[in-house]
Order: sequence, then structure tokens, then C-alpha cells
Amino acid sequence: MGYLIIEQMLNGLQYGLMLFLLAAGLTLVFGIMDLINLAHGSLYMIGAFLAATFFQMLGSFFPALLLAIVATAFIGFILERLLYRKLQTMSHLSQVLATFALILIANESIKIIFGAQPLMISMPSGLSRAIEIVPDELYYPAYRLLIIGVGFAVAIGLYLLVNKTRTGMWMRAGASNREMAAVMGVRIKPLFTLVFVLGAALCALAGALLGPLLAVTIGMGESILIPAFQVIVIGGIGSMRGALIGSLLVGMIDTVGKLLLVLGLGFITDPTNAGTLGSTLASLSISVLMVAVLYFRPQGLFPARG
Amino acid sequence: MMNRFGPSHVKNTPLNTGLPNPWSAILVAVLLVTFPLAMSYMGEDFYIGMGSRILIMALAATALNLALGYGGMISLGHAAFLGIGGYTVAILAKAGLVSALLVFPLAILMASFAAFLIGLISLRTKGVYFIMITLAFAEVFYYLAISLPNFGGDDGLPLRTRSSVPGIRLDNALTFYFFVLLLSGLAIVLMYRLVSSRFGRAVVAIRENEKRMAAIGYPVYRIQLMAFTLSGGLAGLAGALLANLNMSVTPHMLDWHQSGILIVMVILGGSGYFWGGLTGAALFLILEEVIADHTEHWNLFLGAMLLFIVLAAPNGVMSLRDRVLGLFNRSGSNADSKGSSEQEVNK
Repeated sequence: MGYLIIEQMLNGLQYGLMLFLLAAGLTLVFGIMDLINLAHGSLYMIGAFLAATFFQMLGSFFPALLLAIVATAFIGFILERLLYRKLQTMSHLSQVLATFALILIANESIKIIFGAQPLMISMPSGLSRAIEIVPDELYYPAYRLLIIGVGFAVAIGLYLLVNKTRTGMWMRAGASNREMAAVMGVRIKPLFTLVFVLGAALCALAGALLGPLLAVTIGMGESILIPAFQVIVIGGIGSMRGALIGSLLVGMIDTVGKLLLVLGLGFITDPTNAGTLGSTLASLSISVLMVAVLYFRPQGLFPARG
Repeated sequence: MMNRFGPSHVKNTPLNTGLPNPWSAILVAVLLVTFPLAMSYMGEDFYIGMGSRILIMALAATALNLALGYGGMISLGHAAFLGIGGYTVAILAKAGLVSALLVFPLAILMASFAAFLIGLISLRTKGVYFIMITLAFAEVFYYLAISLPNFGGDDGLPLRTRSSVPGIRLDNALTFYFFVLLLSGLAIVLMYRLVSSRFGRAVVAIRENEKRMAAIGYPVYRIQLMAFTLSGGLAGLAGALLANLNMSVTPHMLDWHQSGILIVMVILGGSGYFWGGLTGAALFLILEEVIADHTEHWNLFLGAMLLFIVLAAPNGVMSLRDRVLGLFNRSGSNADSKGSSEQEVNK
């Protein structure tokens, strides 16, 4: 029982860290440019599809992962130059429409290129077994541990980048007050290109890593977009720390909260009912958390703007 | 300055662009009444159903136009109100209640109530936050619809019969069309009264300059909340009609794509213009019908068209019309630019 909860906590950690990979890029794009990007999930989908394709061509996981990241970053670069640079100066409504259009185009293009069937990526062979964490009691898949490890490594890397480097200082300055940062000599446009490309690369990393666990399908981007939005609203737009803590909160509620709810409801109703009701309530409680945060702290838990 | 003394020098203030011309109303009414009769005469029942769909989506888009176009509240969650209206009808039908006189007001009430609650919290925020929050709220209802077994889950709920109205049989396509026309006509009249009223002017003025309106003493938050609630209620009515048209409700109705499509319709038809919702819904659905006939990649076309619109006409399609008219109207005041009213007054 206790181990079940620990296992779910590890799952929550894994989900939360993958959410963080998306939310990190998204929150900086929102924060620095005040730009709403609905198509962030599409980059995640494109990354996953590219990883699956490279995997089929090369037959090995890690080179495919790297290639997918580079290719998606390049696509992000092109998109930023052609479209997002123009969108920055436009109204929020235009941004919603244009990025909604990008989603439609991305989904349909993927369908034309790869077909409507989901693609599969298999795990690297050495990692497909379970690791014994507590002898005879707790086994956990090695691959998921790898994801957790990579997630933490990226989080630490981003922390160092944002808090310890000059570029990171520009990012923080841009997120807290764009005009003032520009006046003080920060070159906002190249900075935004960098942030956008970095965000695209992180999307591809998340998409490729989750590929072996979930099927690579059209529309996978939208299913993770909404939680990523909730994370950003909870954490505060433009805040890296907020994105991390928000991601972990949402990840934990989604898995551990679901388990506890299902177990708790099991005392009241029959198990099948408890299962569906529990997962519904868990999804709802994330929204309730978001509403509560907004009500008491409209700027999020860790606002980037002073 | 020839038209200085004509009506045109006040025509294009932000407060006036959204008001309809009475002749256009007569034209629209004649068109909407003769179309199904002609189709029925030619035996094209399919196009009557299509007409009903256009009217229903026009109602939903008009509802969104009230919040988005007139009020400047970019709601990415209006599909939720559509869905709530539809599900109310379907769930009551499952319980044996099919009288439209009872079911439709309840659908409107439920959707308005949801809009009131969502507006209560969302309207405390601005800009990007408002968009994301309306989206997140709509997802809550989507999850509810998809995961609660009583709501039919993924498959949704079928309707055994259409709602019953005393003295009319709605299973006939033509009768149903006129039923839809009657209700959406009433809603449009209500909408007309609303936007031409003091309240409607206040809603538009808040869109234009919220701080000034607050300083003059208007209860900005309360007015926006009222407009948002009304908008949600109208969308709920559209949802109730849509459930009757399709004879079923599915979670797809509340998908956020649907919210996106509604925004697209409003922009296509002209955000903040009275006939924007109707024009946009008709354009969208007809385009979809025509293009989907030739290719299965309609979404690709739609996406490309949207991108073009955003980049070529960032203020919506109607701004293109204004710009074209502006070309002919060079000698007069530059009527297409916002703020021209102030220049005029200062002269």
C-alpha cells in the first residue's frame, strides 16, 4: 500500500518533469513577449514524430532523440523568423488565431506525411527492465527513472542558465519588464529567438522521451497543452521557478491525488465507479487549484513581473 | 470634406460600427425565409438541414461576438456553453423530459449560470490570463462530459426524439428549420436591442477604454460579467438546438477546437459587427462543405486561410472591407482609421 503510493509519486514526478519541459519554454515565451502560443504542443508532437521516424531509420534510440531535438529546434527557428516575430506586435486575438491555425496545419501535415496511424518508439534495450528499489517490494521501470533523471538535469541546467548566466539575466529582465530591459540595452529580438528555439528543443526532448511510454499520435500536443497552461497560470507567467513547482504540483495531483481519490472513494462506491470518478475528480482538482491560485494571487504563485 | 455634413462622419466611430442597418435586417430575413422554401420546392432536404446548422452556429457565433467583438473579452471557452446547453437537453430527454417549453429555458439557464461562474473568476484577470483561464474552465466541462458514465462518456448521449413543441412536429426538416429560425430570430432581435441600448454602448466603450469608463463611474466588472453571462446563455440556446439537430450530444461539442472554430467564425464575419456571427458561420460552413467535397485536407486549407487573414488583415476580415471602401473614399475623411472621430470633433 505504502509502496503503491511511492510508485505513484515517482510516476507523478516523471509526469511533472515532462510537463516542466513544455512549461519552461512556454512560460518564457509568454513572459518575455506577452505572446500566447497555442501551438507549443504542436512542436512537442512534431518532436515526437521526428524521433519516431529517425528511430525507424537508425534503429537506435539516443541518436534519434538528438536528431529530433536538432530538427525541431530548426523548425522552431524557422517559425520564429517567419511568423512569431510578426505576431509579437499583434493583438492577443491575432496570436490566438495564428497559433490555432498552426495547430490545424501541423496536425493535417503530420497526417499527410505520416498517415493517421500512431507510431511506436521502442525503449533502448538496456532500459526496458524494472529496477529493484526496495527488495521484493518496489520495482520501478529503469526507463522512467531515466526520464526523471533527464528531467532533473534539464531543470538544474535551466536554473543555472536563468539565474547564473548573463543571457539568463537578460531573460529575467525581459520577463519582468520588456520595455525597461530594451531601454537598458538588452537586445530583445535575438533573445526571443533564442528562447523560442530553446523551447522547441525542450518540446522535442519531452516528445521523444515520452514516445516509448505513450503512442505517438496526432493530437498528442493538445492533450498536454492544457495542463501546461494550468502549470503556467499556477506558477506565474514568465517564472522558471513557478513553472517547475507548478509542474510538480500538477504531476503529483494527477497521479497521487488520483490514487488517493480512487482508494478513498472505494470505501463509498463500487470499484469501477470509484475509478472513473476518482480520475475525474483528480483532473478537476487541478482546475480547482488553478482557480484558487488565481482568486487569491492573480499573478500566480511566483510572479515574474514586479 | 464633402461628407462632413452627411451621416458618414459619425459612421465609423467605434461605438457605431457595430450597429446594424435596418435594411440589412429586412434583406437577411427575406433571404432566410425564402431559402428553405426554394430548397424544399426543389426537393433538396440536405440543404435545409445545412441551413438549420448555419443558423444554429450563427446563433452561437453571435453570442460569442457579444463577448469577443463587442466586449473585447477573448473567450477561448465558449464551446463549453454550447455543450452545457446540448447536454442539458440530452440529459433531461434521458429522464423523459422532452417539452421544449421546459427544456430550452433550462438549457439557457444552465449555460448562463456556468458563464456567470466562469466570468466571476476569469474577469478578474486580463489579457493572456483571461484567454488561458476560459480555455482551462471549458476543459473542465470537457473532462466531465468525457469521464462521467451518466453522460455517455466518449460516445455522448443520443436523443430518441426531438424536443416537443405543442402543435408542431419537429422531425420534419422544414418545420425544424423554421423553429430554429424563429428562436435565433428572437435571439437576434434581443441582441439588437442589447447592442443599441445604453448597456451595449457601455460594453463597447469598456472595450475601447476600460480605465476611462471606470473613472467616469461605470461598474466595469459588473457590466462585463453581465455581457459574458448573456453571451453564455445565448450559446446555451444554440447548444440546445444543435443537440436537436444532430439528435445526439458528444464531448466533441465542448472540445476546445470548437471554441477556436467559433472565434474563427466571428473573425471571418467581422468581430464587433452586428451580422458578424451570421456571416461568419455561413461563410465557414459553406466553405467547409465545398472544400471538403474536393479534398479531405480541409483543415490544412482552413489553417492557411487563417494565417493569411491574420497577416493580411490583423483587425479581422471586415477591416479589409473598410480598407477597400477607404480607397474609394479617399477624398473624404480617412473613415477607416480608428480615432478619426476624435480628429473630426477637434476640427
